[in-house]
Amino acid sequence: MATGAISRRGLLRGGLGVACSAAAHPWLSTMTMAATPGDARLVVIVLRGAMDGLGILPPVSDRLFADYRPKLAKSAGNALPLDGYFALNETMAPLMPLWEAGELGFVQAVSTPYRDKRSHFDGQDLLEAGTGMDVVLAAQRDGWLNRMLQAMPGITAKTAFAVGRDEMKILSGDAPALQWSPDADVTLSPQAQLLLEHIYAPDPLFSEAAGEALGLAAEIDREALSPLSTGPRQEPMAAFAAARLLQETRIVSYSLSGWDTHRAQDGALSRALNLLQRSILTLKEGLGPVWGKTAVLAMTEFGRTVAENGSGGTDHGTGGAMLLAGGALRGGRVYGDWPGLAEADLYARRDLMPTADVRAYAAWVMRGLYGMDRGLLEGSVFPGLDLGADPGLLA
Amino acid sequence: MLFDQAIGPETYAAIRFGYGLPARHIPVEPEAMLRQLTRPDRTAAGFPKMTFAESIALGRDYLAARQDQRAKMDGADEREKALKREIQVSLDFGLAADLARIVETEDPFRERLVHFWKNHFAIAPTARPAVAMSGIYSDHAIRPRVAGRFGDLLAAAVTHPAMLIYLDQVVSVGPNSAVGKKRGRGLNENLAREVLELHTLGVGAAYGQTDVRQFAELLTGLSFNIRKDDAVAFRSEYAEPGAEKVLGERYGGRGRARLEHIREALDDLAVHPATARHLSHKLAAHFVADTPDPALVAAMEAAWLDSGGDLSAVYGTMLRHPAAWHGFGAKVKLPMEFMGSALRALGARGADLVSLPRGKLKKQFRDQLRAMGQDPIRPPGPDGYADAETAWVQPFGLAQRISWAMAAAARRKDQDAEPDRFARRALGDAASPRLVKAVSAAETRAEGVGLVLASAEFNRR
Repeated sequence: MATGAISRRGLLRGGLGVACSAAAHPWLSTMTMAATPGDARLVVIVLRGAMDGLGILPPVSDRLFADYRPKLAKSAGNALPLDGYFALNETMAPLMPLWEAGELGFVQAVSTPYRDKRSHFDGQDLLEAGTGMDVVLAAQRDGWLNRMLQAMPGITAKTAFAVGRDEMKILSGDAPALQWSPDADVTLSPQAQLLLEHIYAPDPLFSEAAGEALGLAAEIDREALSPLSTGPRQEPMAAFAAARLLQETRIVSYSLSGWDTHRAQDGALSRALNLLQRSILTLKEGLGPVWGKTAVLAMTEFGRTVAENGSGGTDHGTGGAMLLAGGALRGGRVYGDWPGLAEADLYARRDLMPTADVRAYAAWVMRGLYGMDRGLLEGSVFPGLDLGADPGLLA
Repeated sequence: MLFDQAIGPETYAAIRFGYGLPARHIPVEPEAMLRQLTRPDRTAAGFPKMTFAESIALGRDYLAARQDQRAKMDGADEREKALKREIQVSLDFGLAADLARIVETEDPFRERLVHFWKNHFAIAPTARPAVAMSGIYSDHAIRPRVAGRFGDLLAAAVTHPAMLIYLDQVVSVGPNSAVGKKRGRGLNENLAREVLELHTLGVGAAYGQTDVRQFAELLTGLSFNIRKDDAVAFRSEYAEPGAEKVLGERYGGRGRARLEHIREALDDLAVHPATARHLSHKLAAHFVADTPDPALVAAMEAAWLDSGGDLSAVYGTMLRHPAAWHGFGAKVKLPMEFMGSALRALGARGADLVSLPRGKLKKQFRDQLRAMGQDPIRPPGPDGYADAETAWVQPFGLAQRISWAMAAAARRKDQDAEPDRFARRALGDAASPRLVKAVSAAETRAEGVGLVLASAEFNRR
């Protein structure tokens, strides 16, 4: 029975993508090792520096918003209406077609369990470790995407890729995951490359790693970045990620920085958002038909203060927003419970109150994409997490 | 097979147990290698870092500036920024000094041991005063004790102010202590757990949550307040009253809690059989092979227990064991070892390294080490860097080694040396005829030298 369920699950996942919800088969949820990489693609973008959730998704219909942000609310006036309550920062306009197609959504007022100290380092460590505050940060040994991989049979070294130069603790751990940065420079003269291959030949470890490295470097040359349909050039990390995802890779994580907008936020946030929207469009255009099997999650360590500060920026906060994109997801809506902006409703009378754990949304996506068992998600991928009710994120 | 030629003890001594060739006065006799550990540490004296007292002063200045900044005092912003920068400069300079020491040392085995134990007792604090201390933590706590009793090394590392801050011991309060009852504060188990799991017994050993809890209670009182203290302090008003039982042994309980009770527990942990096994294996796995000969580990473990944790006796047992002089190339150098030994082979000078401008230091060394996977200033966590070859020979990390090797060879001053001679100078009899022939076929001398440094032969030990 157990083996049958696994192979049946594998067939369902492989053949039908995510059309078949695991939740519809209660007998599947007893299988803890049933998930396989299958056909679905998962991209997790870590937004380092604390993205302002009220900047990307201003609550323009909340009457208090303009009181807290007299300067910033003016520019929020140009934001694009989404659902009547929230609007989308105008820099994200090139993604509006995705929103309309149900391929872009958001979760508002979410956070990790990290509280109060508001340190980027610690906040990012906790976001990537995926634990609660009951596990001390220094005791974290692996990241939650790696723990998901550890529970997946049939993965290979190429199943998961950390892209870029930043250390991705989210993918570190016992399961194999490759790392590569599209800006890595391994330019060797043709003669030096031949000699190096010859020198490495008697050493399989060096030989394979170097072969992989030179192959990736050469592929990147071939994949010279083309312009997006919207005009600007592709974002290199997403272009590299998409090329991998079209091959053996199923899971990619990379980070985008520039979110720590303490001053002159309009310009700074717009630069960061521009990179994010280009990154998402690059994924969509690079993935082509595979975009339909893809889920992109963009998460940040915490949100920012509700009120603007004295230098036209915002400071470190608590509740924030998460971005969802991809054809595998049910977009076109803003998920989450809006806590309101009345002073008594804020966290510590300054930050947006987180009304849900951001990990639960990630977990529901993993469950939907790969059929991950609920007990596994709550017990080892995100230890101590209560998944709560299914928000229905999958298309 | 990579090495099918005979490799002599000089090569083992220099490359496996040191930072490679050329070696001027490196002995190959185990007794002579051990004697080197007891002579005055001229390497550190030649490239000094800040003193501990200076690092505390820097931390205090920073805190004062931050306080003024919060009080919106004039000029405080600039002062805070300048001090932040000064802390960063001191860390960058620490890296330059580490590289200079590797390049110039005549006691390379000691240097290797310092890096091994610094990684074993890794710290990566984020609080800025502790960051300031982290640059000299190894010089202060580890370096003077790598050849003595493990109990002394353990106590110095675990009770070091930078460690107390990093692993939250400074906020751990006995719930029934005077301060705990008055302010409703409680235990933080972080340090206690890591000492048992990482520093001593090892994660698989027979201890439980009760031991962790009891040990955490025993550690209360251990404290450091940078505003008041010049060294680790013991504050009995934070200490949980009564005796604690860790791994079946009772500590304290008679009269006031004292630092000596903690020392007793650390001394017992230092000679616990699980500690002897865990750390003998870790040493052998670091120096000899990822999966070391069980007989080698068993001999070291016996030496550990017989000598009461005398590290020199344990090293001696390793160095006298045939397995230590066998299977050359079983280990892959960590990035810092790779870079240090490459600089040594290239004839880099310590004095030049410590006078490099910060920008170059960052671009040529720190950024490159990070890309290879070993940030020299901020390890990933209290468990330090990985040691096994699979962690290091990955496409991206290896690509960084290759790129750095080619760039370092191109920067080399002595561009006249032929690659085949360079290969023999850098690798001795570990330079296979195959490698020597291949690098001689390079289009330029610099490329040939770069290929030597990028080779598996050079990256293994």
